Amino acid sequence: MSNPEHVFDDRTPGVEEHESTASYLSYTVGLALAILATIASFIVAQTDLIWAPGIPVGLIVLALAQIGVHLVFFLHLGSGSDSTNNVLALAFGVLIVFLVIAGSIWIIANLNSNMMPMPH
Amino acid sequence: MTMTLDRPLVRVPTELARGRGGGGPAPKRIVVAYGFWIFILSDMVMFSALFAAYAVLSGNTAGGPTGAELFNLRNVFIETMCLLLSSYTCGIGMLAAERRQPALFLVLAIATFVLGAAFLFIEVTEFVGMVQMGAGPSRSAFLSAFFTLVGTHGVHVASGLIALVYLVAQMLVMGLHAVVLRRLLCWSLFWHALDIVWVGVFTLVYLMGGP
Repeated sequence: MSNPEHVFDDRTPGVEEHESTASYLSYTVGLALAILATIASFIVAQTDLIWAPGIPVGLIVLALAQIGVHLVFFLHLGSGSDSTNNVLALAFGVLIVFLVIAGSIWIIANLNSNMMPMPH
Repeated sequence: MTMTLDRPLVRVPTELARGRGGGGPAPKRIVVAYGFWIFILSDMVMFSALFAAYAVLSGNTAGGPTGAELFNLRNVFIETMCLLLSSYTCGIGMLAAERRQPALFLVLAIATFVLGAAFLFIEVTEFVGMVQMGAGPSRSAFLSAFFTLVGTHGVHVASGLIALVYLVAQMLVMGLHAVVLRRLLCWSLFWHALDIVWVGVFTLVYLMGGP
């Protein structure tokens, strides 16, 4: 109890004050995964090997995977208590982004299909 | 609030109650990054509106050129790699700054700038080529949405480059001061976020609408 700062600190023992959660290794792993996802996207978009209607689905999955890689390895959003607030804010942001994009596409597609036929 | 503590719970003076999650303010670095993260998310919401506009309008070419005729996927791949590598050099540059290695940080900051500028150069060349062949933003709703979405991303990259020059100048004048480190941290968040937006752009615009 000699050092009050030490006693009251609720940090895990062994964790430094200016501990950096990032490392050269994590950035390099992230870069390698992102490059893999990018090359895979460009191959998927141009190949004949995949059933054509499945290509957009594959591209969206690869894009989401790459965004996940960026968030974890470059922006260091993890399960640590330091990033709890950031993850919550991100979840709210993702909700708004989803509502804006999916809602616009849905509403406009609905309006389109209810349009009177027009001579072009 | 119930908590299990293996040590006596004593009222803590605010200046002593640092820590993670538990009572007391987080370090300034965490708070500043959180505030900037909120700004980045609001920027993402703005981009989502532009993405929605593009998704809705991408089929309305008004008899003009389609994406399949205009886009050059080889250039887009080079652009993507430039931006990805500049995100990488930005990240490890931040590590060098945090570890107080100004020379290494400068080299990586210059690499980040050059890669970002290369991205911007390819993009501007593409835009100029499209306008010259009559596929400018006024040609069709598809091209209006294309130039707005991709152009807004390009403006972000350009302002990021200007901010990087400003921050490197600050670093040269003030050294790797805690204030400069926090600003660099915010800048690196901005730069990584731009790369995330670009993942959406090259997937939705170029790969789904390309040749």
